[in-house]
Amino acid sequence: MSDADAGQERSAAVDLTGVHKTFAVRRGSVVALEDINLRIERGEFVSLIGPSGCGKSTLLRVIGDLLPPTSGQVVVNGKPARRARLDQDYGFAFQQAGLLDWRTVQANIELPLELHGVDRAKRKDRALELLELVGLSEFAGQRPPQLSGGMQQRVAIARALAERPALLLMDEPFGALDEMTRERMQNELVRIAGETQAAVVFVTHSIPEAVFLSDRVVVMSPRPGRITEVIPVSLGDRTDDTREAPQFYAAITQVREALRGKPIAATGAVVADIERAQGAL
Amino acid sequence: MLVLLGVAVLGAIWEGYKAWAPADGVKLFGTRILPRTTDASMPQLSTIWHAFGAPEVGGAITFGPTRSVLDSVITAATHTLRWAAVGFAIGVMVGFLLALLMDRLAIFERALLPYVVLSQTVPLIALAPLVSKWGQGSSIGSFKWHTWMSVAVIAAYLAFFPVAVGMTRGLKSPSAVHSEYFRCAAAGWWKTLIRLKLPAAVPFLVPALRLAAAASVVGSIVAEISVGLDGGIGRLILTYSQQATGDPSRVYAAVIGAAVLGLVAAAIVTVFDLALWRYHRGVGSR
Repeated sequence: MSDADAGQERSAAVDLTGVHKTFAVRRGSVVALEDINLRIERGEFVSLIGPSGCGKSTLLRVIGDLLPPTSGQVVVNGKPARRARLDQDYGFAFQQAGLLDWRTVQANIELPLELHGVDRAKRKDRALELLELVGLSEFAGQRPPQLSGGMQQRVAIARALAERPALLLMDEPFGALDEMTRERMQNELVRIAGETQAAVVFVTHSIPEAVFLSDRVVVMSPRPGRITEVIPVSLGDRTDDTREAPQFYAAITQVREALRGKPIAATGAVVADIERAQGAL
Repeated sequence: MLVLLGVAVLGAIWEGYKAWAPADGVKLFGTRILPRTTDASMPQLSTIWHAFGAPEVGGAITFGPTRSVLDSVITAATHTLRWAAVGFAIGVMVGFLLALLMDRLAIFERALLPYVVLSQTVPLIALAPLVSKWGQGSSIGSFKWHTWMSVAVIAAYLAFFPVAVGMTRGLKSPSAVHSEYFRCAAAGWWKTLIRLKLPAAVPFLVPALRLAAAASVVGSIVAEISVGLDGGIGRLILTYSQQATGDPSRVYAAVIGAAVLGLVAAAIVTVFDLALWRYHRGVGSR
């Protein structure tokens, strides 16, 4: 048992080796992901950013075993992706909250626990705990259509956290929210990720969002989808003031230039990669 | 309230047309395009009303000798409702199972759906005597086939169709984000069915059940007539129309009874519908 625990300690939250994903289309095929290698440590917050069609959502779905990779190895929490999904090692939050309208907010959060046979009393305790975490305690008995978009999204995040996953996969969860709500949600997510110690893989196409939230920003380019650069960010404790700090802007500039394919401090290998990627266009 | 208003409007149209149109109907180039308005074709509403209270003419129907027409209509409607209810129950179950089967395996959908549609194009009049012939005299152990069972089977034959089609659509109705979530949560087919697909299917199921209820009543009435089962409203309509030369108001009385029967069936479904309010789309406000 202790050996297994030790093994788990050493394993990364996500470990991708040589992942390729090809979609068959009417004529031939489209390469959605090409040679993705990425290791995400436990408790680390990593954003995937890139223009539409760069395969960031596809990559997230490959990690979550919603899509099988065409080739390559996907290891989540030290296990094959499928095993990790069946063991509920990750929670998933989508762009749409995806709550069930016929269930109360509390029953929505209890859903994953109910699906896995947790008894009623424990489910209730956990749901109330999570409602407090996301600041929606007084809405436990409401139904999702009665909540605002931001509140629904918080419920969805609470649901994703219900089984204390070591990993949270998020696909543009704040994409449909207005800017003010969005920043508030980002502050909360930083806090929640810190409190739960979960690693997070966060797909977004907002540069400030990626920078604010992440320990590392993974920049991707389209056709074929590949990682062009990985930018470490260290903003320390994040507050609303962080959004006006010079380091924040410096990091934003860095990510933006990486997205444009104009590297400032990139190594020769990366430059070659980007040129090859551009050539492929 | 609106229902009563609707009845009043229908009544006004009936009487208004009767007062306005010539007795021989309206003809265009020698073809009658609007019906005759004689008392034999369109009895006055008051006459129909009185017909309910009139004593049953003995002989044709083997109810008691001193019953009123209203009594006969109610008794007959109750019998028909009972057969229709059995048919409805069987039809709903069959429709449900077919939909589940088609949902479970895509190949079933391609294989079965054309036959489901085809089944409804077989004329009921042709089918009814066959069903009754198959049933006749057959018995399994102590179970004996009664003629009313043939009626229920035919009602079921009509009722299963809307349920099968509505449920199939309803089970497919969850959005991609919901289906993906259930896959993420490692929920198997059964759990996804119970917690996602069935609740999501309710808004499709309820109108299907309403159609099925109406279809089972119609099926039951038609089946009574073609199978030759006494005691129901279908048979009563037939009997009264054979006597109609003398007294057409009775036919209408029985027809009104059949219409009310359909409404009762639909109302029962509505009660079920209200019980499932939480599964309706857009509960609350947005």
